[in-house]
Amino acid sequence: MALKTPREKLVVIGNGMAGCRAVQEVLKRDPDRYHITIFGAEPRVNYDRIMLSPVLAGEKAFADIVLNDEAWYADNGIVLHAGHAVEGIDREARLVRAAGGIEVGYDRLILATGSDPIRLPLPGADLNGVVTFRDLDDVEAMIAAARPGAEAVVIGGGLLGIEAAYGLSKRGMSATVIHLLDVLMERQLDASAGFLLTEALAEKGVATELEAQSEEIVGENGRVAGLRLTDGRVLPCDLLVMAVGIRPATGLAKAAGLDVKRGVVVDDTLRTSDPAVYAIGECVEHRGQCYGLVAPIWEMCRTLGDALTGGAATYEGSSLSTRLKVSGVDVFSAGKHLGGVGCEDIVFRDAGRGVYKRIVLEGGKVAGAVLFGDAADGGWYFDLMKSGQDVAAIRETLVFGQAVTEGLRGLDPSAAVAAMADTTEVCGCNGVCKGEIVSAINGQGLTTLESVRAVTKASASCGTCTPLVEKLLKLSLGDAFEIQTGPKPVCSCTPRGHDEVRRRLVAEDLKSIPAVMQALEWTTPDGCSSCRPALNYYLVCAWPGDYRDDTQSRFINERVHANIQKDGTYSVVPRMWGGVTSADELRAIADVVDKFEIPTVKVTGGQRIDLLGVKKDDLPAVWADLNAAGMVSGHAYAKGLRTVKTCVGTDWCRFGTQDSTGLGVRLEKFMWGSWSPAKVKLGVSGCPRNCAEATCKDIGVICVDSGYEIHVGGAAGLHIRGTEILTKVATEQEAIWTICAVMQFYRENAWYLERIYKWMDRIGLPAIKAQAEDPQARRALYDRFAYSQRFFRVDPWAERVAGRDSHEFNPLSRRMEFEPV
Amino acid sequence: MNALVKDPIAWTDVGAVTDIPLRGSRRVPTTGGDIAIFRTGDGRVFALRDRCPHKGGPLSQGIVHGHAVTCPLHNWSIELATGEAMGADRGKGCAPVVPLEVRDGRLFLGRM
Ligand code: SRM
Ligand SMILES: Cc1cc2nc3c(=O)[nH]c(=O)nc-3n(C[C@H](O)[C@H](O)[C@H](O)COP(=O)(O)OP(=O)(O)OC[C@H]3O[C@@H](n4cnc5c(N)ncnc54)[C@H](O)[C@@H]3O)c2cc1C
Ligand code: SF4
Ligand code: FES
Repeated sequence: MALKTPREKLVVIGNGMAGCRAVQEVLKRDPDRYHITIFGAEPRVNYDRIMLSPVLAGEKAFADIVLNDEAWYADNGIVLHAGHAVEGIDREARLVRAAGGIEVGYDRLILATGSDPIRLPLPGADLNGVVTFRDLDDVEAMIAAARPGAEAVVIGGGLLGIEAAYGLSKRGMSATVIHLLDVLMERQLDASAGFLLTEALAEKGVATELEAQSEEIVGENGRVAGLRLTDGRVLPCDLLVMAVGIRPATGLAKAAGLDVKRGVVVDDTLRTSDPAVYAIGECVEHRGQCYGLVAPIWEMCRTLGDALTGGAATYEGSSLSTRLKVSGVDVFSAGKHLGGVGCEDIVFRDAGRGVYKRIVLEGGKVAGAVLFGDAADGGWYFDLMKSGQDVAAIRETLVFGQAVTEGLRGLDPSAAVAAMADTTEVCGCNGVCKGEIVSAINGQGLTTLESVRAVTKASASCGTCTPLVEKLLKLSLGDAFEIQTGPKPVCSCTPRGHDEVRRRLVAEDLKSIPAVMQALEWTTPDGCSSCRPALNYYLVCAWPGDYRDDTQSRFINERVHANIQKDGTYSVVPRMWGGVTSADELRAIADVVDKFEIPTVKVTGGQRIDLLGVKKDDLPAVWADLNAAGMVSGHAYAKGLRTVKTCVGTDWCRFGTQDSTGLGVRLEKFMWGSWSPAKVKLGVSGCPRNCAEATCKDIGVICVDSGYEIHVGGAAGLHIRGTEILTKVATEQEAIWTICAVMQFYRENAWYLERIYKWMDRIGLPAIKAQAEDPQARRALYDRFAYSQRFFRVDPWAERVAGRDSHEFNPLSRRMEFEPV
Repeated sequence: MNALVKDPIAWTDVGAVTDIPLRGSRRVPTTGGDIAIFRTGDGRVFALRDRCPHKGGPLSQGIVHGHAVTCPLHNWSIELATGEAMGADRGKGCAPVVPLEVRDGRLFLGRM
């Protein structure tokens, strides 16, 4: 009988995900090769760390997440030292020393120490009730503190922080996530998906504080009582979870003199700088990369199992994908989900189901994906990405997912549509299948897209399936079908027109740009420089006092309240109410010009004075001096009320019939600061000689003996347009009501950048007349305008002198000696 | 540890990432002209010379969308990662890219 060769000694440090899986991989290949010892700092058997989230949420118990129970260790002859952390490695003697005086020699050693959660060094970080989220002890500590009604704050809006907050809220706590940036999980999501996640969490009772920075943990009797933010607010809490990231646990390796950078450095066979020592899992650095997810760890373990049993497998690094484990909130992300140079986005949104998908293509291949609300196809996109397959042939249907695409693969588009099964869903929003559409077309003699929409609802919501529906029409009708065009889209980010956008953002109570983009199924993640300013205006107009103006979606002139000039300087035009000025104002202007060495002072075509060539950094100081003399912004930069030109009227003129100067001043003082689709200029002339050129203004008044003729729709710029007469009123008060009502009607209905004359060409003078001459309609419009003015009749210059948006006017850093590379 | 390799680029701390608004930009004035640092909606940062390849418009004053900025003077769109003009103006010019690194939330500009 041959003697059995003595088994080699394999020691594993770390009884976690990587350590035990590596052992399994070895046993699978050669169960008799090693005598195995595992050290675990945690006093328990191997469990599924990623399932700690459901344990915290009460959706699972610890017993459910055990991966290998005591029997497994026994059956495989593995010695487990649970609760004994290894304290040192003697590479010379090839032995490890652990707590409790245990020493075990090895032939091969595996480091699988995972990583340590980062603790922010905030004052108060050592108070009771401040925990991290890494192991079962942490979870138990959280559960112990989770009294219903108590408050929890989680620092960190990444995957872990969100899962912690969700778990705590499921346990009855009110949980708030604090995140430094304004996008949750910014490393996995884009801004659109991040916004949806914020909303979805709010629905689940998890609040978020974005762009919030922690400053200090406030304690009471040695226990956490709140978190102070840098903006001064204190969020009270009974439990504070830090989920701000992890750091590879490399202490042992470093002390043992192994090569360590961010993690323990390993080669493609997972070997460290000592050939007898291997490392796997989160503690390693492979080809410069550290990982924080399990998928790469499984790949490493396969290679290591092979290497330890005489194989030649190598590990070449992993692509990553992420899913969030919050019940009812499907989130998936992989690869270059933010796109980049040379990348192209395919975006699909389904407002009805709350779905957002962004597939990033690069060189005809899938380079990344973000899925929100329906992540079922995540694995499929991830496979396409990893295989590097060319997807040009399936590009059209790619975003609809695997089921639709595979059904159509390899066919030309119309044959593909013909080949689709009758039960294939065409319209995801309304759940309409191909069969229903075709039978409606044939059975009811439908010939247009509109009629298909009306009868079947297909393509009536998001419109993404419109091309498919059109193909079905074409297929059924042949050349009898002609593709018609709908209203002009806002821009290439959406098929929707301005009217639909305006109507729906009011009807559906949408109060932010991301909310509009999702509900109206924008086809880009972030909009563009055409639609963002338009949406911002529509929201400003629809929700005065409610909507937070998105200054980053405004053109520079409106962002800094001055007109940019060709050399990057700015011009400043203070209001000169109705074109009337005074010695004091003129003196103050002259002083400002001297003080700031302003190169040009010009009288404008709008009856006021323009100071040209002001340096951006000087703007607030210039405004401060003008404010001190009682002058405010003239909004010469605004899609809003600009000038009100007047003539001298009854005050001086021998022909004047009414106080045209006074009316102009009163109009300007009431209407200034209002935003509108395009600029609005007013003129008031005291008699039909019309010295204020009121009949080429957006809204003009010609005073006559018997009252006031109100004119609309003039312009004298790119197009010369005389006004049309709208109506005639008897009193000055009525003139003001009517003009404000027309202004409001225009504000609420026109398309962004559409001046009054163009809007009037589109909707017709009678439509405007109907509003202006119906006392009730006029009153309602006037009231809405007056309400809105409560918020906008403020001097933006004074606000900025007081410090608002100071980042706009100050350079990021002092001037530097600098020769850029 | 590695032997000390001299980094040929000198890095200068110019501020915190969060000093730049999301979808916004800030200027860094230098003796070699202004540099624009952009922060996109997804939190990435880019640095370009603050001069539009068209007629020198200050790109830092434009609207940032996706990974691009639209020049405030005549609406050219410039790709932030490369400084290249995009769309119809592609190939007509480029705003030089300035090396930029983020370390612990701070922005470092690179120079010789
Ligand atoms: C300063 C001024 C010229 C002057 O030196 O007199 C002027 C200057 C500019 N005008 Fe004007 N317009 C000025 C009176 C006019 C007038 C005359 C008037 O208001 O009575 C008109 C014709 C009337 C009209 O508006 O229909 C006029 C028709 C335009 C147009 C064509 C508008 C159109 O719809 O056809 C533009 C282009 C635009 O707005 O898109 C324009 C655009 C501009 C811009 C804003 C160009 C730009 O985008 O940078 C210029 C800004 C210069 C600056 O930084 O201040 N400006 N512009 C006048 C300022 C008036 C004021 O006090 O606010
Ligand atoms: C709450 C939570 C949710 C997660 N969700 C996901 C997810 O959804 N998807 C995903 O892919 N990943 C997820 N992860 C990450 C995943 O759990 C880790 O990537 C994985 O556990 C890493 O495996 P590891 O073996 O390297 O480290 P670990 O699993 O942490 O194992 C390391 C073990 O080594 C022990 N140890 C350390 N030092 C010593 C020592 N000196 N002596 C003895 N023992 C020591 C530690 O106590 C630990 O038990 C999640 C993590 C957490 C905490
Ligand atoms: S006419 Fe042309 S050049 Fe003159 S101010 Fe108006 S926009 Fe500028
Ligand atoms: S200078 Fe930038 S577009 Fe003209």
